[in-house]
Amino acid sequence: MTIVRSAVAGTLESSDALVSIAPSRQLEVHVESVVMKQFGDAIEASVRQVLRELSVTGAQIRVQDRGALDCTIRARVETAVLRGGEEKPS
Amino acid sequence: MIRSMLFIPGNSPSMLQNADIHRADALILDLEDAVSPDQKDAARVLVRRAVQALGFAGCKLIVRINPVDTAYCEEDIRAMVPLKPHMIMPTKVGCPETVQAVSAMVGEAEAASGIPRGAVGLIPLIETCEGIENALAIARADPRVKALFLGAEDLTSDMRAKRTKAGQEIGYSRAKIVSCARAAGVEVYDTPFTDVNDEEGIEADTALAKSMGFTGKASISPRHVPVINRLFSPTPEEIEYAWEVLDIIEEARRQGKGAISLRGKMIDKPIVDRARFVLQMAKMLGGEGV
Amino acid sequence: MSKLCTTLRSAMEKAGLTSGMTISFHHHLRNGDHVLNMVLAEAAAMGIRDLTVQASSLFDIHAPLIDHIKSGVVTGVEANYIGQLVGRELSLGLLDKPVVFRSHGGRPAAIESGRVHIHIAFIAAPTADCQGNLNGLYGPSACGSLGYAFSDARCADRVVAITDNLVPYPAMPASIEETVVDYVVPVESIGDPKGIVSGTTRITRDPVGLLIARYAAEVIRHSGLLKDGFSFQTGAGGASLAVTRYLAPIMKELGVKGSFGLGGITGYMVDMLQEGYFQKLLDVQCFDLKAVESIRDNPSHQEISAVRYASPDAKTAAVNNLDAVILGATQVDEGFNVNVHTDSNGFIMGGSGGHSDTAAGAKLAMIVAPLFRARLPIVVDKVITTSTPGSTVDVLVTQRGIAVNPARQELAHSLKAAGLPVYPIHDLRSMAERLTGVPRPVARGNRVVAKVEYRDGSLLDEIYQAKD
Repeated sequence: MTIVRSAVAGTLESSDALVSIAPSRQLEVHVESVVMKQFGDAIEASVRQVLRELSVTGAQIRVQDRGALDCTIRARVETAVLRGGEEKPS
Repeated sequence: MIRSMLFIPGNSPSMLQNADIHRADALILDLEDAVSPDQKDAARVLVRRAVQALGFAGCKLIVRINPVDTAYCEEDIRAMVPLKPHMIMPTKVGCPETVQAVSAMVGEAEAASGIPRGAVGLIPLIETCEGIENALAIARADPRVKALFLGAEDLTSDMRAKRTKAGQEIGYSRAKIVSCARAAGVEVYDTPFTDVNDEEGIEADTALAKSMGFTGKASISPRHVPVINRLFSPTPEEIEYAWEVLDIIEEARRQGKGAISLRGKMIDKPIVDRARFVLQMAKMLGGEGV
Repeated sequence: MSKLCTTLRSAMEKAGLTSGMTISFHHHLRNGDHVLNMVLAEAAAMGIRDLTVQASSLFDIHAPLIDHIKSGVVTGVEANYIGQLVGRELSLGLLDKPVVFRSHGGRPAAIESGRVHIHIAFIAAPTADCQGNLNGLYGPSACGSLGYAFSDARCADRVVAITDNLVPYPAMPASIEETVVDYVVPVESIGDPKGIVSGTTRITRDPVGLLIARYAAEVIRHSGLLKDGFSFQTGAGGASLAVTRYLAPIMKELGVKGSFGLGGITGYMVDMLQEGYFQKLLDVQCFDLKAVESIRDNPSHQEISAVRYASPDAKTAAVNNLDAVILGATQVDEGFNVNVHTDSNGFIMGGSGGHSDTAAGAKLAMIVAPLFRARLPIVVDKVITTSTPGSTVDVLVTQRGIAVNPARQELAHSLKAAGLPVYPIHDLRSMAERLTGVPRPVARGNRVVAKVEYRDGSLLDEIYQAKD
């Protein structure tokens, strides 16, 4: 998947996360979270894993987490990628 | 066995993460009315990831998908079938052809994801006058159909009737859908009671649904689930009576008697069947039964 | 001698305020209180320094205190509860001297025994006369009960009543009497009614909170305590208040006539009094307008002092007659110790209030809390701060299960027999961590920024500096 346009997914409601994505050559992941101290690293690892699964190699990603469970964070990242991305020509 | 079905909005993480705490027998994960058109994609992904991660053990899963005449329907089916939900709920079903179209799509999705053919059932949502009048054909449209579900809000609007708490306006539809479902040998579920704060109302509406023959009832509020579970479970008196019925026919069989009566009432086959059903239900709910 | 002073300044001068003194405040005006801020502003203007603020509670409205600490006007803080705005600064190490936390029962015990000496008590008086007879029932800043101020008024060297509703002598009733008041200062306004009491306290609509409340009510039903004479206390927040909604129908069904409701009182407890579920209300603090109206008009709804509410030194206190209390928590550990002082990052954002007092006194002390909040499990290995010792806590109720203190085996048996989802507390922790993942422990500094005194005056725990 190639990120070709800016997109967002999710909300800033409690237990959700707002994920913004934009085209970029490198992978830049920025995480803000109400549970930064407890789960900051875990969130970043999940974001990177979803990006790998979707073969995203370049993107600027910002996660604003409001205490979402891991599955929610992964879902919002996936949706943002699908909204901002296009299949790579094989 | 499903007595209660609880609607959970498909794009709400806070509702999804606590969906299974209310002891509803089934969850209806909603991709349709609870999700705005611009979030249909997000809801599909969220529901898929939530089901995979959280499991919802102890609740049967039903997914309400968008109507077959929308672009979302096929994508909903492709995304949800791999989760092996107990049933998929097609919406605004007016005729058997709609059910068959959905069934074909579900079949393709089953094949694509390596799920045994027919594993995923259907529970068509009947919410138009056309649907009510075609209820028998809809129930018989496809072997996937396991149950019918009555949706009174859209139905009354289609009827140009006023939706009331007493529900006289849907009396005919309730009777008709129960009769058609039973004729086709499938289960049948009643529309939700929509006033979350009316405790007497939910009690009365649920009692009415049970007395009319529904298998169970849906709910949009977790607070209604305990009432629905209670009223759709056999009461201790019903269980006691069912045991007495079985005892007395056993006794009659031993003595070679034909006609028997209990508490001054003739015991015939329907009463015996009913007693067996009550005890089966009691057993499934963890009590003593047959 | 006229006690009436024309300005706050003159009252403070007459009362002999000097640097190094301990001055006290009560919190019935809650987040609408103007009195603490106006006294400290005046003290700063007088050039006073090194004051110790002995407050029953501090709220966000008291944020100006932060600047008075920075400028050296205030160098000591003692309170039973500190809201998050002031709490945050104190957690980062604003004060050199550690904050002293007490409980609502421990504070008056410390004051009456002389362990805490108050030089000047400032009493926010919604209604007062020129000799200092005062009450909280009438006036633009009416707040109902003045229960937490009684010991301050009785034991301080000097007592200054500050009122925005001066009435002709004698003010009636006199919750605090002229016999202990030195000066009376009329001012424009002692508080903002919007912050003092909420118009109505609302029960949560959150389905998780409601389910927890339903389980809590069922725990009471099967505790063996729910019979004629039953007494009850519950908080005003989250799931706690909602317990009343489920308890009332159970009492009705069983035909149980309760004796009294205790504590901070809400309109929901007033409803239960009016509907006959309870015969009396004992009230240290009113949470909403309905409670204020009731304590004013209903002889069965009575103001009580903090001593009578919860003092461990009193010959008897109301908490010792309490059957069941519903309490909140930010953390509970596997030993049932409860934290209500600090958040998950170690920042001060609360305090005991009556938590440890009622837990110690009541026959059934029940904690109600969601299994996890914002991805943080409620059950932890070790609470960051021990506010209430686990030996006094009987049950933890969450939306996914109920844990019973192993010391209460018979209670665990009756709850299980009733079909309630009872688990070992460790299982509740695992259940949460399966959903949330395991949170990483939070690093804290080495410096002690606050001490938590248990209700008997012993040191219960220390709070270490938090890190941003």
